[in-house]
This record gives sequence, C-alpha cells and structure tokens, in this order.
Amino acid sequence: MLGKTASGIFWMFRYLERAENIARLIETGHRFTLTRNRGRQDEWRSILSALGMDAAYRANHEEYNAAQVVDYLLRDKANPGNLRNLIDSARQNARTTRTAITRELWEAVNECWICVNDALKRQVREAELPATIDLIERQTAQVRGALENTMLRNDGYNFSRVGNFIERADSMARLLDVKYYVLLPSVSFVGSSLDNIQWETILRSTSAYSAYRWLYPGRASALGIADFLILDRRFPRSLAFCYGKLTDNLRHLAMSYGVQSDSLTEAERIYAGFASMTAASILEDGLHEFLVDFLTQNRRLAAMVEQEYRFNS
Amino acid sequence: MATKPPCFDEMLNEDGTPRAAYAAYHKWFTEQDSTHLKQKARDAEEFFRRTGITFAVYGDDEAEERLIPFDIIPRIVTARQWTKLSRGIEQRVRAINAFLQDIYHRQEIVRAGRLPIDLLVKNEAFVSQMIGFTPPGGVYTHIVGIDLVRTGPDEFMVLEDNARTPSGVSYMLENRETMMNMFPELFSTIRVRNVSDYPKNLRASLSRVAPPACTGDPVVAVLTPGIHNSAYFEHAFLADQMGAELVEGHDIRIVNGRVAMRTTRGYQPIDVLYRRLDDDYLDPLIFKPDSVLGIPGVFDLYRAGKITIANAPGTGIADDKAIYSYMPDIVEFYTGEKPILKNVDTWRCSEPDSLAYVLDHLSELVVKEVHGSGGYGMLIGPAASKKELAAFTAKLKAKPANYIAQPTLALSTIPIFANSGLAPRHVDLRPFVLVSPDKIDITPGGLTRVALRKGSLVVNSSQGGGTKDSWVIEDD
Repeated sequence: MLGKTASGIFWMFRYLERAENIARLIETGHRFTLTRNRGRQDEWRSILSALGMDAAYRANHEEYNAAQVVDYLLRDKANPGNLRNLIDSARQNARTTRTAITRELWEAVNECWICVNDALKRQVREAELPATIDLIERQTAQVRGALENTMLRNDGYNFSRVGNFIERADSMARLLDVKYYVLLPSVSFVGSSLDNIQWETILRSTSAYSAYRWLYPGRASALGIADFLILDRRFPRSLAFCYGKLTDNLRHLAMSYGVQSDSLTEAERIYAGFASMTAASILEDGLHEFLVDFLTQNRRLAAMVEQEYRFNS
Repeated sequence: MATKPPCFDEMLNEDGTPRAAYAAYHKWFTEQDSTHLKQKARDAEEFFRRTGITFAVYGDDEAEERLIPFDIIPRIVTARQWTKLSRGIEQRVRAINAFLQDIYHRQEIVRAGRLPIDLLVKNEAFVSQMIGFTPPGGVYTHIVGIDLVRTGPDEFMVLEDNARTPSGVSYMLENRETMMNMFPELFSTIRVRNVSDYPKNLRASLSRVAPPACTGDPVVAVLTPGIHNSAYFEHAFLADQMGAELVEGHDIRIVNGRVAMRTTRGYQPIDVLYRRLDDDYLDPLIFKPDSVLGIPGVFDLYRAGKITIANAPGTGIADDKAIYSYMPDIVEFYTGEKPILKNVDTWRCSEPDSLAYVLDHLSELVVKEVHGSGGYGMLIGPAASKKELAAFTAKLKAKPANYIAQPTLALSTIPIFANSGLAPRHVDLRPFVLVSPDKIDITPGGLTRVALRKGSLVVNSSQGGGTKDSWVIEDD
C-alpha cells in the first residue's frame, strides 16, 4: 500500500469521527438549551472549547448564541473545521484511496457527502436541527457499517481503525478537560443540581448516558463518571477502550509487516498505564494534568504511526 | 443553419420501422411504459451520482464535479458490422505502431517520399529523445482509442486517432454495469458481447511489456496528475479494477536506479507505468522543467530498460491532426494493404490551394486546430455566426499550418430518450484497443458519445455531450 493511501484512510476516519463528535456535541448543546434556562451561553462556549474552536469563534462573534454556534460548527465558511468540510475531506480522501477501499465503503462515504451537503446547503433552522443531526449520525453510521461488513482485515482496515481511535481518544480527553472542574470532588457544589446537569451533559455528549445508567443506576458520582469515561474497557469511547483497540490494530500491522514497531510499543505502554490507575488516583494526582499529559502522548503516538508507515515521506 | 443534409438514423428506417440490429430492442422498447422508463432514466442518473462517476470541467469552479449525462437507449452494432470494423481498427493500430517505430528509427516513410520531413521534425509531438530507442516488446501505443463516425449503412470513417492517453473507457464499463442493473431482462433476451474483461486484459497486456529490469511478477502502477484532473475518476477506477497502485509524482522517487513508489513498507520499484499524464509533464528534466506532476529522471531509466512507460513518450505524433490526413498512406505503406477504414476528407491549410478552398467555403466546413483536442478551439462552419467566421478567417490567414478542415459530415443519429419520447441525436463511437507484443485486443463496442442538443455535432463531454451503452450483438 502506498504511504499516501495509508495516510488517506487514516485521516478519512479521523475526519468522520470528528464530524460525529461535532454532531453529538451540537445535539447535547441543543438539548441543554431546551431544558435549562441558565448557563446556556457557558454550555456553547465549553462545546467550542472542547473542539478547540473557541478563540476562532470569538474572533468574529460577540456572543454564544445557539443559532450562530450551531451554524459555525456545521457549515460556516469562517470555520475551516466545520462539519461540512470534515465530511468533504473524508470523501476527498476516499476518492484518493479508491484503490484500497471497497466499492461499498466508497459509495457509503459518497452518499454521506451528498446527503450532508444537501442538508447543509442553507443554514439549518432550529425546527430542522434534530432531523439534520439524525441524518448526519445515520449517514456516518452507514460508513462504519460498510467498513465493518466489507473491508478485508488488512493494513487498510487497520489504518482506518488507528485513525478512528486516535481521534476518539483525543476528543474524549479534550471534552473531559473542558469539564474537568465538574469532576473535582472538592468543589463546593457537589450534589447540587447544576452539578448533575453537568454530569448529564458529559454523559450525553459521549453517548454514555444510558450505558452509565445501566451500570450505575441512580448513582452519578464524579468518581464513577471519571472511572467510566477514562478506564472502563467496556465503554467504546473510554480512553482505555480506545487504547485497547489501538494496541490490537497496531499489533496486526506490525505482525503483517513483520516489523518491530515503536508505535505499538508506545501504545502498549500507554494502555498498560491505564491498568495501574484508578479513578481516585487520577483525581488525586490532578485530572487536568493527567488529561494534558494524555493528549500529548496521544498526539505523539499519531506522529509515530505517520512516520513508521511513511505517510508523508 | 443552412440546408441540413439528410442523416442516417442507426435505429429507425425512414418509414419508422426498426433496422435489423435494433429489431429485438425496439420490440422490447415499444412494450415499455414511458413513465417506467422515465423512472429508470432517473435511477440511472442516481446510480452514477451515488457511485461518484464524475468528471471535472476546466475553468468551472462552481460545478467542479459533474455527471456525464447518460442516455438509456443503447447503440447497437451487429457482429457482422463489428467484424469488419475491428479488422479495420486492427489494421490501423498496427500501422500506427509500425509508423512510430519507423519515424523514431530509419524514417523509411520520409525516404520513400510519402511524408514530408517537416511534419515530423517540426512537430511539437515528435519526441527526439525517442530516436533510436525501441520500447519493451516493440509496443508504442499500448492503449488506443479510435474515434469512428458513421454516415450510412456501411459508411464508417475514422474521425480521429487517440494514441496518447485516450480516456472514456471507464464510462464504457460503467454504462454497461448501469444498463445491466436497470434492464437485466434485456441482457437475458439479447446476446450482447461482454466488455467487463477490459481491466483484466489491460493488466495482462501491460504485464507483457515488462522492462528488462523486471524480475518476477510485473508491478504495474497508474500515474495520475491528481484529484483535480478531469479524468481522475477513470484513473482511480482503472487502478482499482486492475489491482494496481494509483500514484502521483510526489509518491515516486528514484531508488537504486529504479523508479520506486513510497509504500508503507518502504520504496518499491515500479515495472510498468500506465501514465495518464501528457508527455510534456512526464519528466521535468527532459520536457517542461517546471512540471511538478512528473518524475525527474524517469526518461533516462526508461531508455535504460528499468521501467516501461505506457503509452510510450512521443506517440502523440501519430494522432496529430496534421499527420491524420496522411493516415491512408501510412496504413498502405506499412501494411501493404488498402485501408479498410476510410479517413474523413481533409484539407491541409498549410497547402496554399487547400487554404484558398477552405477560406472560400468556410461556412460549410469544420476547421480544427492541429494540436487541439477535446473539441476546444474548433469551428463548425454551418453553425458559426458571421463574426465567428471572420475571426477564424483571420486566424487561418495568420497561421494556416495550425489548421485542417473537413466537410461537415452528416453524422449518423441514434434516438435518445427525451421527455417527449425518442429524439434523434448525432453520435460517434470510440472503440478501445489494447496492444501487446503478440496481440491486439479490441473490446467489442466502445464508448458511444452523443450530442444532446438537437442538431449539434459536438459530442465531447467537455462540451455538453452525453454517452450511451454500446452493444455488439450476436447475429442470429
């Protein structure tokens, strides 16, 4: 496989994962707007921060108005990382990697692009927002379905998974970092209703709301949530889960290529680290510091993969 | 337009009854409900959209990717007609390869006084670096497209040869897929010759011209200028179907004296490069020095037997419009036979008598730029305004050698399925030919291009033309 092709598939799934995260954050933000009277502006602001877009947003917006933020995230030309551009980039990558992906996968990405482009031609009115988010989520789910059901479990598949989980881990860590103060056990309003809203928001925006309730009915605690989102290997968006998958996929790559892989060693090291941690120890040592450190390591791993498999040179 | 010459319709006789080739199809067609067919036509468009079969139009930012309009009525040729056509095509393609071999070696055709030397050495498409070099297997044009037009029951003529990087074969293949999807029942009742082996044959054909440096199974790669090229879909499609890598210049480097592509496992040598890039961009060390699309140094390695380039550099001279008018002589000179396929009469404006005639009859003629392609820079006399005619007269006088002229042909028509029902439109046909050292392989049918505007003679997709599936049917 060409290095460029590996890179194309890797990034295609990073873009798709990122687009899904944006859709989910918008969904959560919108729900927050509908159910709470206070803190709406802060909520949109923290969503922008979690996506690393807050500063750029503020450069040409006065306030965190729901309609403006949603448009900014979905399709505003002033925002190069908008969802529409992400889907466009994913499809562009699919075009350039056409020789390494199945026809079904290509058609799913192409159709996703056609539908999302149609839906985002004009600013989305609030009345259409739930249906639009739903459409985006269904379309990207179809892309995943096509990948799972039709792709040979070869290097191309593994690169797609590595891209996917690096991106997922990155966005989970960013989101937690934006909200980390909510999870601090020392804050004064533990148990207050604002606290519960914040927890609920975190869980909803990571698709963890119902899963968490199954496991811990009626017991939302900072410790429980931190444990669930960072360390629970059963939850498919937790950092530990992502690294479990990353080690699997990087191991498959190293084995099929018959090489000593530094990126595999690094992923295994990070993954093993989770086993020796507890939520309590993470909170005790500082959640923010933990997350900042994790984000750096995650970025470094991505760079190692890029270099090891000659994505660019 | 002045008086329109009568045109031959390939589907219908003058009394509206179907011709023999179309008998079975026409019967089926008349049994169909037109609402149902309209739905099928929309389905076909949706199919193309969904599968991303698009092309880019240059200088058109808004609609960068467009669908080629597809018409659901097939072009049908009988096996008997096809046998004759394919003999003519094979003869012509053999002659083209012999011509290229000759002009880059002893130039016997010039010595024999059959071709003016200036047409070679002063021709931009003549690549002097090819002199004295024979490509692997002696094959110059691995892939050829011959554009045919028809003016009567047995009147097929070659309008143009495409010996550089002919495009459109992906449409031939996808049109068939679409038709089989839309109308499976047609294919179980009418025996249509299969086209789907083309990618397999292309790969086999390219593998047979591996360079001396190749050890083992030849590694084939398709070189594309990139995603913004108008034919990018086709490049990706062919690479995918052949199981070859699709590379761009920046994926390639010269490693240990071989042209190699950067893979996830390191640099891997390429044996056969199917380049979909013009000569000019291929090697900045030899051609355009500012080209970033090509591979610096590839030409030297080519001459050293380290890689095969398909088509060979310098083949463009064989489809040059100035050479075209000599094709009947060329065929005869190299095959010793009369050409089976006729040329369209052509006036070379470089010759004073011809120029005078062309200037006098401009409003009746089609004038083409010698180095133009894709329907750009062409004048269709009968359809041109006074102003356009005057402008072209000036161009002709300034640079006569840049132009050739041909009569406005009464191109055959085939109906398209329009909103109002069947409507005749002008068509041409581009069969695709694969050349390897031991054989010439012609896919039955080819790409039918159709001018969608009533009366229009311009079938190029860049000028709003569409395509049809093209059938060669077994004789009963």
